[in-house]
Amino acid sequence: MTIIENNPELMAEDRNDEENYEGAQTPLRRFLSDFCEARLAVFGFFIILVIALVAIMAPFIAPTDPYNLATVSILDSRLEPGEAMMSGTIAYLGTDGAGRDMVSAMIYGLRISLGVGIGSGIIAMLIGISFGLLSAYAGGKIDSVFMRIVDIQLSFPAILVALVLLVTLGKGVDKTIIALVVVQWAYYARTIRGTALVERRREYIESAVCLGLSKNRIMFRHLLPNCLAPMIVVGTMQIAHAISLEATLSFLGLGMPQTEPSLGRLISNGFEYILSGKYWISVYPGIALLITIVSINLVGDRLRDVLNPRLQK
Amino acid sequence: MQSALVVVIMSFIVFSGVFLVGDPVEILVSDDADQEEREMMIKSMGLDKPFLVQYGIFISKAVRGDLGDSFVFQEPALLLILDRMPATMELAVVALLIAIIFGIPLGVWAGLKPESLASKSIMTGSILGFSLPTFWVGIMMILLFAVLLGWLPSTGRGDVQIILGMPISVFSWDGFSHVLMPAVNLALFKLSMVIRLARAGTREVMHQDYIKFARAKGLKESRIILVHVLKNILIPVVTVLGLEFGGLVAFSVVTETVFAWPGMGKLLIDSIGLLDRPIIVAYLMIIVFLFVFINLVVDICYSILDPRVRLEDIKS
Repeated sequence: MTIIENNPELMAEDRNDEENYEGAQTPLRRFLSDFCEARLAVFGFFIILVIALVAIMAPFIAPTDPYNLATVSILDSRLEPGEAMMSGTIAYLGTDGAGRDMVSAMIYGLRISLGVGIGSGIIAMLIGISFGLLSAYAGGKIDSVFMRIVDIQLSFPAILVALVLLVTLGKGVDKTIIALVVVQWAYYARTIRGTALVERRREYIESAVCLGLSKNRIMFRHLLPNCLAPMIVVGTMQIAHAISLEATLSFLGLGMPQTEPSLGRLISNGFEYILSGKYWISVYPGIALLITIVSINLVGDRLRDVLNPRLQK
Repeated sequence: MQSALVVVIMSFIVFSGVFLVGDPVEILVSDDADQEEREMMIKSMGLDKPFLVQYGIFISKAVRGDLGDSFVFQEPALLLILDRMPATMELAVVALLIAIIFGIPLGVWAGLKPESLASKSIMTGSILGFSLPTFWVGIMMILLFAVLLGWLPSTGRGDVQIILGMPISVFSWDGFSHVLMPAVNLALFKLSMVIRLARAGTREVMHQDYIKFARAKGLKESRIILVHVLKNILIPVVTVLGLEFGGLVAFSVVTETVFAWPGMGKLLIDSIGLLDRPIIVAYLMIIVFLFVFINLVVDICYSILDPRVRLEDIKS
């Protein structure tokens, strides 16, 4: 999360050189004050920080280790929230069908969901940026071939593409990330190509070409920093989307394996018990998932408003 | 021409992809079958031939409308899927109607009074609609309306009547009560989208000169909104929804699994569990076909509706 959130600042600093005509108010400060105007977005950002911290610190925070089969007992299965487990630990949110404490399972599940979402988001972003920039800069046949591929891929719904890939690849963290990357890269590629096409015609690119700089240098040192703003917005939204998609796939029985349950898998496990009124197994992981996705979207929504030059003024 | 090429390429990708999935023989042959029986089974399913030969047979049959027999049901896969298709289509159409009927008025309202409390809650609601994972909302709906309140049935499809040769269930109370929850669940995402589109459209249209002119003419506000505004925002909404219909059908995989709705999405998930290759391949081919078809229709509609697109074609 920190990497993504740091990016706007990086970008703002890059712009310092070109747009430093506002005197004392640097673009970075302007960006921060603009962002903070929306209370809801700041709140969302705060929640994301807490969630990220909980996910990173999972082994230290969680009351029990849900992966340690020696301590997980089937006798504890489906306890109601607040009941004590065999080991004496109180399961504040109950236990699931396998006797795992829901609080611990959720903290670890959050860790997996976030890891898969952010990991796939970053890989997809790198791939998308490379293809999109190359496409915009090279133009001509390369551009039309790449964009045709992107078009075709985007015309199929993400869930279906991911479903087919996971049916072929099987279950696992790495495979889920691959499927999510394949689904997402096209969004990044298209977004950055659109921005880069506009930026390409600017004078600073022309002067860089006149200076005889290499293509790689122009593309990654001059073009890329100026195209980052929309990427940050798409990136935040896509990570929320990836987390939700992973949960959906895990719910359908693809994606994450039973031994490393993500939030989606936990919800899916609880689904069998829902008709018998044992609500907590799917409700609580769902709420955790919901809070995560909504806070990321709130921040993304605000970032879009702040970073979109067309909406300013 | 290009659409046909996409279908052929996708058929190859789909077939080779599914080819790599685990060995269906392991699941179908009973454990105590001896080697001879296994080989008979493999031969009868044509699994002993090389990959390209299998693909060739598949294509030559597919052209004749035969997508292979299901390993599990021993019936043509295409028929099995077509059998389930009306249920899925019914769900998708009802969901689409819900999205339009509720989405457009809410979106127009939010666009007319962007600062009011109601509009703000509508927009926050639409963010929720985008963020909430469909399957979880479905589970929560079951928990609330079926388990706690007991108002609606949680799973399955209700009474079916044959209307114009199609089994349809929405026209009886039993059928309607079964279709309501899954359809609302499936519609949520599109509903949020329609709200956002209608709102953006309304805000744009309200500043146009023809609205000012209509006001100057002294037309009633209700007439301005219902005729002048609505007509102009319908164009983007209808195009996007046309394109998104395929998405609805694809997303019904999730909703059908949650509500045990007997459609083709449920069949797909069951078949993935059973490694029933022909059904997986046939389902994906039908979806590819549907998508290419929808895109083609939308493209053609564009060139009929929008003269600018037509002119570009003539130039190139």
